[in-house]
Amino acid sequence: MSDQGSFYQRDRSWHPPAFTPQYKTSVLRSPQYPLLSLENTVSEMTGPVFGHDRIGPLDNDLIRNYAKTGDPIGQRIIVYGRVLDENARPVPGALLEFWQANAGGRYRHKKETYLAAIDPNFGGCGRTITDQEGRYSFRTIKPGAYPWPNGVNDWRPAHIHFSVFGHAFAQRLITQMYFEGDPMIWQCPIVTTIPDKAAIEQLIAALDRNNTIHMDALAYKFDIVLRGRRSTLFENRQEGN
Amino acid sequence: MVQKLGQLKESPSQTAGPYVHIGATPNWVEITGVWKEDLGLVLVGPEAKGERIVVKGRIFDGSGTPLKDALVEIWQADAQGLYNSPQERRGRADPHFTGWGRQPVDGTTGEYRFETIKPGRVPFPDGRLMAPHITFWIVARGINIGLHTRMYFGDEEGANAECPVLARIEHKVRVPTLIAPRSEENGLAIYTFDIRLQGEKETVFFDI
Repeated sequence: MSDQGSFYQRDRSWHPPAFTPQYKTSVLRSPQYPLLSLENTVSEMTGPVFGHDRIGPLDNDLIRNYAKTGDPIGQRIIVYGRVLDENARPVPGALLEFWQANAGGRYRHKKETYLAAIDPNFGGCGRTITDQEGRYSFRTIKPGAYPWPNGVNDWRPAHIHFSVFGHAFAQRLITQMYFEGDPMIWQCPIVTTIPDKAAIEQLIAALDRNNTIHMDALAYKFDIVLRGRRSTLFENRQEGN
Repeated sequence: MVQKLGQLKESPSQTAGPYVHIGATPNWVEITGVWKEDLGLVLVGPEAKGERIVVKGRIFDGSGTPLKDALVEIWQADAQGLYNSPQERRGRADPHFTGWGRQPVDGTTGEYRFETIKPGRVPFPDGRLMAPHITFWIVARGINIGLHTRMYFGDEEGANAECPVLARIEHKVRVPTLIAPRSEENGLAIYTFDIRLQGEKETVFFDI
């Protein structure tokens, strides 16, 4: 596996642009000047990598990692998948962090004012590191939809936020995972900051009945793709493909 | 039909939202007991080599209002110009310096603050040395894809003048948006790097 070439350029017509006025907060938080293009230097091709010793045994179990008096209320689910690069190669050792609201759509955050109740047994944060094949999994409660003051009557679809560290700072990514079949996905001004329908579909986790846990939890599969690296085809043949 | 390249598309970015702290700095928002300490708070061990410095500043939106919900990550070389990363091929970085930091901005003042060391110079791909710099990555509500920028040092005029990245900036009037002035507090060097997302004196952001 080539791990020295520079990264494929980001396709910024696939990602959401900075200025997306239907998502109101982006209006004053989007740069107006064009980005300055910079080929990868060692500053971008390196990045922090975290050892498995960082991770506690309950870090990927949101059903138990904040439990005080019992299990949280809600739909028990497993979320699993792989972290791959654009060459479809696994990314081992990738740190994933995730955060979410509880079953009622309420976040445990001091600036949050939604009237749905806090769940005393649910914190809403987790993390894990991918294995040698790029696989990860965690256990949680399916989050609820959540109203927000954008349009007068805007609601976020059920979603889980993901923060991903690959092997280089150029691969740093934060995104959101949505759930198959949720009609609110296509009405959401944050989802539709992404211009391409196929790109949106890449963020929708599939229900996987084959990996449910009998009489316990449903399963959703969510693969994540990070930037891939060029092969150095002629500059350094031993790297190859 | 043309053959397919067999390449996947990168997962599209989405905003980190206003509650990014739940996942990135849970202890900071009083979600305690899940993990002991938030990642990225401490970069410098007691035996780290180099000059101890503080980097601080605020992030302003297009109306001049400081963001109070942003999350800032930095990535930098050690005092010798080496990165603490398995991808670093030029030598072994100082094991007492992580090179990566993460801080939320203050919920009231909007200020972020890192205690770090001044980095050494690292080479551009053609071998010329870049001026000492710290890479920044900023995410927040309203930012759909993380913004990359670089902080350079106000007391490195000679190195800044020959940096191949700063030389890339066509509109020279924009170069100062990347240069943090140095001051001192109780004998400690402070670099103040304010970031303007939009409008007058908009910070230069990079597509890397």
